[in-house]
Amino acid sequence: MALIRRFEEEAGRQYQRAKAGGFLHLGIGEEATIVGTTSVMRDEDYLIGTYRTHGHAIARGTAPERVMAELFGRVDGTSGGRGGSMHIFDAERRFMGGYGIVGGNLPIAAGLALSSDFKGEDAVTVCMFGDGASNAGNFGETMNLAALWSLPILFLVENNLYGMGTSVERHSAQTDLSKKAEGYGIPGRRIDGMDVMAVRESVAEGVRLAREERRPTLIEAFTYRYRGHSAADPEVYRERNEVEEWRQKDPIESFARRCIEAGVLGERELQEVRDKAEKTVLAAVEFAEASAEPALDTLYENLYVLGEDEGWYAVDERSPEPHRGEHESEMPDAARELAEAGAAYATQDDGPRPNPATHGDAQEGVEPEVAEEVEERAD
Amino acid sequence: MREALRDAMAEEMRRDEAVLVMGEDVAVFQGAFKVTEGLLDEFGERRVRDTPISENTIVGAGVGAAMGGLRPIVELMTVNFSLLALDQIINHAAAIPYMFNGQARVPMVIRMPGGGGHQLGPTHSHSFEALFLQVPGLLVACPSTPADGKALLKAAIRDDNPVIFIEHESLYGARGEVTDDSDEVLRFGEAAVRRDGEDVTIVGILKMAHTAADAAQTLADKHGVEAEVIDPRTLRPLDLDTILASVRKTNRAVIVEEGWPHGGVGANLATLITEQAFDYLDAPVQRVTGADVHMPYSRRLEQAAIPHEEHVVKAALAALEGSL
Repeated sequence: MALIRRFEEEAGRQYQRAKAGGFLHLGIGEEATIVGTTSVMRDEDYLIGTYRTHGHAIARGTAPERVMAELFGRVDGTSGGRGGSMHIFDAERRFMGGYGIVGGNLPIAAGLALSSDFKGEDAVTVCMFGDGASNAGNFGETMNLAALWSLPILFLVENNLYGMGTSVERHSAQTDLSKKAEGYGIPGRRIDGMDVMAVRESVAEGVRLAREERRPTLIEAFTYRYRGHSAADPEVYRERNEVEEWRQKDPIESFARRCIEAGVLGERELQEVRDKAEKTVLAAVEFAEASAEPALDTLYENLYVLGEDEGWYAVDERSPEPHRGEHESEMPDAARELAEAGAAYATQDDGPRPNPATHGDAQEGVEPEVAEEVEERAD
Repeated sequence: MREALRDAMAEEMRRDEAVLVMGEDVAVFQGAFKVTEGLLDEFGERRVRDTPISENTIVGAGVGAAMGGLRPIVELMTVNFSLLALDQIINHAAAIPYMFNGQARVPMVIRMPGGGGHQLGPTHSHSFEALFLQVPGLLVACPSTPADGKALLKAAIRDDNPVIFIEHESLYGARGEVTDDSDEVLRFGEAAVRRDGEDVTIVGILKMAHTAADAAQTLADKHGVEAEVIDPRTLRPLDLDTILASVRKTNRAVIVEEGWPHGGVGANLATLITEQAFDYLDAPVQRVTGADVHMPYSRRLEQAAIPHEEHVVKAALAALEGSL
């Protein structure tokens, strides 16, 4: 948890330094839900999540340096710089992806569960998604399919109270999300997602039901993200004191206190954990910095699983070059020239990062606020 | 055709335990168009699965199953219903191999019948080849004969990429020789030259491959024009070489499809021909397409919205104008 916290803080800082691009969704505050879940999963189990999954991958065992390199868009990133923050993936550790489409991972989770069930394997699929996804059509469709086919799957809603900037009360008629799958035959329960031991206990039972009895269940874990929805979030929809209240229940601090009270860990050991996290994360940044930019001639790689004799007309490697025509043999050159010309834009220094959510809008004052908070947290 | 497609699935299911079929009414009902007839009896409910009417989730479950090592064949009841699954088809099936840098594969086939002619009206009769053709990461097949249907579907099932397999409702009853050789597959990206000719190249897909062939016969019988007829059979990859070689010979091209004119298969192919063989063209590339409307129900209007033989003849003659 401490590692994920420190990683996310650093990711926010690197984003502010424009080392990471696009949208950045940080899971700070949600560590107990993540770690409580993964801590009771077996190696062969599948985990699939949302666009806020740096921590999930790390909790599954993915090297933080590879996640950081993905944020940096580098060749050593988990997806070689193809996916970015929202699309972390680690097949080896059966972390089956971050997905940028809200609710898009739900049917895929059902399919993964189907594949293990079909093959007679013991593996369970744990599907994590946000409160906002519980309103997507995929939610109902997938609950129905999972129950109908008795799939070995556990659904876990990371209810951080907001679908982007819209509170649960404003986005869901049924605010008890654990009840939303009951009509499909999937029982639910609500748990304290800030309490890592409570998460562990509930997820262990949910995973057991999925594995042994082929009974899908839904867990609603209450958690909270201290940061905005993404790094580009002015947070006009919630009060500062609400954030402060949740910080009082901080999953890491409270677990640390419990460990000390129980005599399991001492202050020195805790400091060691923090120091180790610090070291790992700084090394991750160093690794990401040192990792190469993806080579331009890999632009079209992995678009298809190639057989023999793939023609250029399966993948039009010229786009978006003006199509000059009648020079088929020059295609590879044209593709390379185009890629080089395009890539040149990436090295242009255009000053401070424009906020992708507000760039072009008249929302003044967003940048300093975000920046200020990031600096404050990075201390 | 429907038996050929069914045999393709059955043979591949016998060959590979990882192949399964899922879709609305594919099992007990035996398929809305009876393409999956008999599969449930032979392979059982584990491998032939009726699904709820949840297109996006059916396809998504197929994506997940494929990522988990299976080779699902997903049937969508019509191409129009595939619109409910575009998120899973485009944002997921097509994107996953690329966005996860080859760590995951999505070997699945999404079969869907389309096309007009049965008075099924504006929500069951469309032709969306062009829509899927546009998406990198997908392969697109559009067979016009039972033999091609079988051999292409087998190839699609064996392929490690997501394949959009478009069938034409009016061709399900089409008859033709089909091989019994269960090892015969047709590689994607190989066009068929259905008729040799020197005067004009006519490219047609799905049912329009037949319309193109009929038009070629009429052109020969009544106008002394020898048309070369090409059926690309797959649109991605596209056998552009065969088409270009023909155009370089005939110097004229007509493209026939049932889909809409704007941004269509013909529009795309006309551009490719113009780019690659402009100096060989003696006339602008002609396109014959479906009408730019939603498919009307009235038989009279529906037929008016679909290309027919005389349209193709007319387009070929227009391309030949001045040289006859």
